[in-house]
Amino acid sequence: MKAILTLLVAALVCALVAAPGAHAAEPDLTELIDGLAAKSFKQKTAAVERLAATGDPRAVPALTAMLEGRLYTLRTDGRVVVAEKSGGVFVLAAPLTGESLGQAVKKEIKKVRVNNRLRGLLRGVLGGLTLLSPDMDTRRAAVDSVLKARDESMLPVLEKAISAERDADLRGRMEMARAAIRLFSRQDPDARRTDLEILSGHPVPEVRSLLAEFLAGPARDDPALVEAGEEALDRVERSLEMWEMVGHLYRGLSLGSVLLLAAVGLAITFGVMGVINMAHGEMVMLGAYTTFMVQEVFRSSFPGAFDYSILVAVPLAFLVAGAVGVAIERGVIRFLYGRPLETLLATWGISLILQQTVRAIFGPTNREVGAPSWMSGAIETSTGLVLTYNRLWIILFSLAVVGLIALVIKKTAFGLQMRSVTQNRTMAASMGIRAGWVDAMTFGLGSGVAGMAGVALSQIDNVSPNLGQSYIIDSFMVVVFGGVGNLWGTVVGAFSLGIANKFLEPLSGAVLGKILVLVAIILFIQKRPRGLFALKGRAVET
Amino acid sequence: MTHGKSHFLLGDRGGLVLLASLAVLAVGVPALNLGLGPESALHVPDYMVGLLGKYLCFALLALALDLVWGYAGILSLGHGAFFALGGYAMGMHLMREIGDRGVYGNPDLPDFMVFLNWQELPWYWHGFDNFGFAMLMVVLVPGVLAFVFGWFAFRSRVTGVYLSIITQAMTFALMLAFFRNDMGFGGNNGLTDFKDILGHDLQDPATRAVLFSLSAAAVGAAFVIGRFITASRLGRVLVAIRDAEGRARFLGYRVEYYKLFAWTVSAMMAGVAGALYVPQVGIINPGEFAPPGSIEIVIWVAVGGRGTLYGAVLGAVLVNYAKTYFTGALPELWLFMLGGLFIATTLFLPKGIVGALPMMTDPERGQWRKALAVFRNVGKRKAS
Repeated sequence: MKAILTLLVAALVCALVAAPGAHAAEPDLTELIDGLAAKSFKQKTAAVERLAATGDPRAVPALTAMLEGRLYTLRTDGRVVVAEKSGGVFVLAAPLTGESLGQAVKKEIKKVRVNNRLRGLLRGVLGGLTLLSPDMDTRRAAVDSVLKARDESMLPVLEKAISAERDADLRGRMEMARAAIRLFSRQDPDARRTDLEILSGHPVPEVRSLLAEFLAGPARDDPALVEAGEEALDRVERSLEMWEMVGHLYRGLSLGSVLLLAAVGLAITFGVMGVINMAHGEMVMLGAYTTFMVQEVFRSSFPGAFDYSILVAVPLAFLVAGAVGVAIERGVIRFLYGRPLETLLATWGISLILQQTVRAIFGPTNREVGAPSWMSGAIETSTGLVLTYNRLWIILFSLAVVGLIALVIKKTAFGLQMRSVTQNRTMAASMGIRAGWVDAMTFGLGSGVAGMAGVALSQIDNVSPNLGQSYIIDSFMVVVFGGVGNLWGTVVGAFSLGIANKFLEPLSGAVLGKILVLVAIILFIQKRPRGLFALKGRAVET
Repeated sequence: MTHGKSHFLLGDRGGLVLLASLAVLAVGVPALNLGLGPESALHVPDYMVGLLGKYLCFALLALALDLVWGYAGILSLGHGAFFALGGYAMGMHLMREIGDRGVYGNPDLPDFMVFLNWQELPWYWHGFDNFGFAMLMVVLVPGVLAFVFGWFAFRSRVTGVYLSIITQAMTFALMLAFFRNDMGFGGNNGLTDFKDILGHDLQDPATRAVLFSLSAAAVGAAFVIGRFITASRLGRVLVAIRDAEGRARFLGYRVEYYKLFAWTVSAMMAGVAGALYVPQVGIINPGEFAPPGSIEIVIWVAVGGRGTLYGAVLGAVLVNYAKTYFTGALPELWLFMLGGLFIATTLFLPKGIVGALPMMTDPERGQWRKALAVFRNVGKRKAS
């Protein structure tokens, strides 16, 4: 008994160990591959389908070679080989094992020709054969190509893959591909209806076109089937539209957060101090260039810590832009209080000088700012929605910045002084608040925030001396739209402009959408000259 | 002329100097260009005629801006839009005059439309074959835009920096629109390759000399019109609005109508400036709508001295001459200088060169000290 058991175990172990090497089908597979060199395309198609039916991934190299036109037959014995041209000769390899078979000249071999139809089939079959690959991304790509080719011969492999698949999401996609193939191959209306049912649960663009094709073709003669098909199509389209809306919303939020970052500093200088700072965009630009400099230092001195360079750049950009802001306030703007139009002109002059200075130092071309690894990449859903991480981070960053500013204004002693100087300068000064100092610090705060915006913008835009220029008009629009002297208005203004832009874009094109938004704001200002959230009271009329 | 005995024109010394110099230029430059050979020391070369003509167009534009900024207190950051619209109206006529001499030889369509595979002329291009119609459009298109824009803006009492910002948004929106190919204005490239105007070759020095004289005459005429408006009762009300809009309104003046009038006239003048500019430089493209260009106009007026009209002309010519010189000799330095000009003018020369001249000639007035007192008064300003 014991001996028998031992024998059995030994045999089992032997079988297990030997299994991959001594694959029973091996001679078969070689034979099947040799069949690929058949004369007619019809025979070749049959050979490919037979290979596909084995579900053996070892056929993949031969099929890939066939698809890429590297499959040849030897004129001597008709054997199929993979040939790679190298100089004047061809290097031969066995299609199954990949072992080298020496060299040949052109006359000795003959190409296995393929046509477009065969190519389509090959792509699908290759997808099917890689369905069982241990790598999940390969499997995912395989499902896509199976879905695209939609060939009946792949059903058995697909079945096998579905039962082996552990990942629920991927299994769902495989089932969808199976339903897609069956929908066209099965004749039974009830079976087809179940397939439609499965397909309608997958709102992806491929299913939409597939259902449309089904309605135009096989379903035409059966009204009940047409109805079911249309219902499924309807469901798919509705959820696709919803996902599209989500996409617009995300892009709108992303644009809104960028606008918010660019405008929030302006909301402080314009809204709180009543100073039009045309050089605001240049503060953003300085922040972006600070990021560039910080990254240069990191690249040369601490290449390992590159991922953290952004974290260093944020406070540094705040300090650099803030210091320049304080200098501008002390040097120019304080002489012009009460003359807003002159302030506008003087700060425009400053912006020209800052731009030209940066151009003289860094050159007029774009500078390369890298992205840390935790900011690159994206979340992708099967419905075609792509949410990039850098945009996600910027949305979070903009909200954090606004929250921080609100905290500074509402909760700190400096914020209290700032508000009091805004409301009644003389009274505040009588109470011992250094109004001039508060002005300078407020302007520095607004500029510093613009610098931090520059760090974020350097991740998604070109860092060039003109960086600020492209945001200045939009930022003014945000502040004017949201209403002056009110952070909440800026947040609402930025996000509504961003979202409006992105929802108008698909309807009317990017440029026209932007024009429409601008015209809408111009009209809006006529209606509410002080913006969405206007300050009420006598202070408004100055 | 209720405010004094002096004549609206003869009482303005600076204005008379301006008109006299314009007359000398209008006659002298073409005479020295056409009458003398290139070997003569006094000969004015062809390029110089074009350059001076360009300055005069800018001078007209600056004068238009001074009418609204200097007298009505409306700081427009979008006057370039009116200038460009006038230019486009002229450009469209010049395009039609090319006829079948374009690259594609199409008698019905301008080259860029053939290139875009358009089959027929868009409706808004009809009529521009006619010079008179085109000239009407030169004043009408900017005028109507200004009227509609001003109607809404002034009635809703959009003032100060808000108005400045939305004028900038206006020109920005127009720029984006004109950059689009399907607008039918040549997109990015604009309108160019003009051949002749009213049958006269645009490359011919005689044509260019006439255009130059016309520009000088236009500046003169605009000055007389502007002076007539500002010296009239209406002009006094405009100044009152500039200085205290609320009070003028409480006194019973319909502030918005006065502003609307000045604003529309100014836009029409800017349109004429654009129309004279285009045949002399040979191109009009959407870049003319760019907001920075419109802000630059403001500095011409500020440097010359706002609220005098002739100061604007002086400023436009001086700044543009400096620009031509420095962009040629020291291109890196020009933007520094322009920026410095903005800062220095607003800080030290609030009344511009024209305002500074009396201070230098008459030290008794102590205007310099007054200007410097700005610095000392910093801490003392009132709560707003």
